[in-house]
Amino acid sequence: MNLETIKSELEGLVPGCRLQVVANPSPSGQHSLLVDTQHAFAVAEFLRNAPSLRFDYCSNVTGIDWPAKEVSAKVKIKKLVDGVEQDVEEVQKTTIPGTLEVVYHLFSVEQRTGPLPLRMRTTNRDAGVHLPSLTPIWRSAEFQEREIFDLFGVVFDGHPDLRRILMWDGFEDHPMRRDYVAPDDFEYEPTAHDDVLQRANQHLSQAGGR
Amino acid sequence: MSAAIYPADLQLSAEGSDEQFLEISMGPQHPSTHGVFRMNVVLDGEHVVRLKPVFGYLHRNHEKIAENETYLGSMPYTDRLDYICSITNNWGYALAVEKLAGIQVPERAEYLRIITGELTRLQNHASLIGFLLQDMGSSGTPLMYAFTQREKILDLFEALTGSRMMCNYMRFGGCRVDLPAGWLDQARKVVREFPRFLDEYEQLLVSNEILMERTQGIGVLSRELAIDAGISGPMARASGVNYDIRKVDNYGLYSRFSFRVPLGDHGDVYDRYMMRFLEMRESVNILEEAMRTLPDGPIVDPKTKIRGFRPKPGEAYGRIESPKGELGFYLVSDGSPNPYRYRVRPPSLVNLTVLEDLCLGRNVADVVAILGSIDIVLGEVDR
Repeated sequence: MNLETIKSELEGLVPGCRLQVVANPSPSGQHSLLVDTQHAFAVAEFLRNAPSLRFDYCSNVTGIDWPAKEVSAKVKIKKLVDGVEQDVEEVQKTTIPGTLEVVYHLFSVEQRTGPLPLRMRTTNRDAGVHLPSLTPIWRSAEFQEREIFDLFGVVFDGHPDLRRILMWDGFEDHPMRRDYVAPDDFEYEPTAHDDVLQRANQHLSQAGGR
Repeated sequence: MSAAIYPADLQLSAEGSDEQFLEISMGPQHPSTHGVFRMNVVLDGEHVVRLKPVFGYLHRNHEKIAENETYLGSMPYTDRLDYICSITNNWGYALAVEKLAGIQVPERAEYLRIITGELTRLQNHASLIGFLLQDMGSSGTPLMYAFTQREKILDLFEALTGSRMMCNYMRFGGCRVDLPAGWLDQARKVVREFPRFLDEYEQLLVSNEILMERTQGIGVLSRELAIDAGISGPMARASGVNYDIRKVDNYGLYSRFSFRVPLGDHGDVYDRYMMRFLEMRESVNILEEAMRTLPDGPIVDPKTKIRGFRPKPGEAYGRIESPKGELGFYLVSDGSPNPYRYRVRPPSLVNLTVLEDLCLGRNVADVVAILGSIDIVLGEVDR
């Protein structure tokens, strides 16, 4: 089934939802559907239950971290140079705000279709940023959403049992984020001193201090 | 921690009543857990009231390591995911990269992949059945019987790849080495003798009354829950879900081979156990056909760059039917030599989702059998 037809069908079923087809330039040709967070739950419900779609099998759930990045583009503007108006090239810098993205790979066991990657994006990369949980719709997301919460720090609203899954409970950071600072090996020094102590303190201040 | 695990309705010792719940921690050193896996079990007498799996003991953040590594550089790391069947892990990763970069695989390489992949399935299922019976108390003999067969297949892997378990065999666009002289004859002999082992093994225990008593009607997984919880592989098919990725996606050259997909009726431990037998028989058929019709030709696509391999920006999700279920790799490329995002979809982890549902109300001894029938490998669950 064509992604555009799925999109238009969903727009009819869920009034007010903002859907966007994200093109994938690679040879795999797996284009995906970006859904806004307010309507994600309703859209997912229809994806699963609508008789023409029936994406009943959610295989893979994962997160992607996109830190804020600066994009520079050359722009021609008119400027007064020595009293004469001239075309001058100037580099304009714009910042694309960072986001955490969650991707669900949907398949249909009944109709043997798929994959349909469904994406959601957070508004920022702050600690404890929220997204709606789709575990009530696809149970297979339960452990995988917990993993995203653990490793990326996305809080899923409506998840039945949101705890850390791979890291231990006292752990504070989110290792899969791009700006994660891996711990130095100071932990293995029983009594840290001199340069080892210095490195330990440096790490603690980088990781936000404790 | 315990406050978060157990909901408020469950008081470990109800006040003013004689009833008491017992909370025990099965694992991480329990012999039935196949590694370092822990279950927090709350018991009412002998019956399970709550069961929460705890894992992460083998966590080394494989995904982060792979994101700091070149595409080819993480191929040997994939061996360590499901260390029982490294070749299918290689295959899954190679398939995802081939989708991402649009690489074609030569015919002979596809055949070699099918041959080694199905041999992997044989040895995984054989050892799984051995482990399961061992867990249920038939000490030693069945496991050793299964391991004699597994050993023969591991010898084949060693002759082909140089390593028994960490094979590192696939490359993007093909395989690493061609078959050594005499390998095919040896493999034919192993495969020809395999059905005899299966007959013998089935006679040994399949109609054993104690085994039937311990496994039939235990840990029943319904078809609806299996699909909902993303269960894949033999475990889903034991519950009657007709979903074999070899048939659905037709990856590799599986469409050329005629094989049947066995399905279970009850979805209990016995069905999951029998499913492995039936799948091994189908794998033997695929192997015999593949070895008979193995074509000549190159084993790797000569146009694929090995050095300076940089796929164009984009993403791909590739999946295969590994012996444990759907093994998927999700890759996002930003045009650099290492993947921007590398994700493994581990079948073992997702299959564990329903562990609590299967165990509720059962005895502790049944938990061991149910866990054994799910077929997990902790290298893959924890990554």
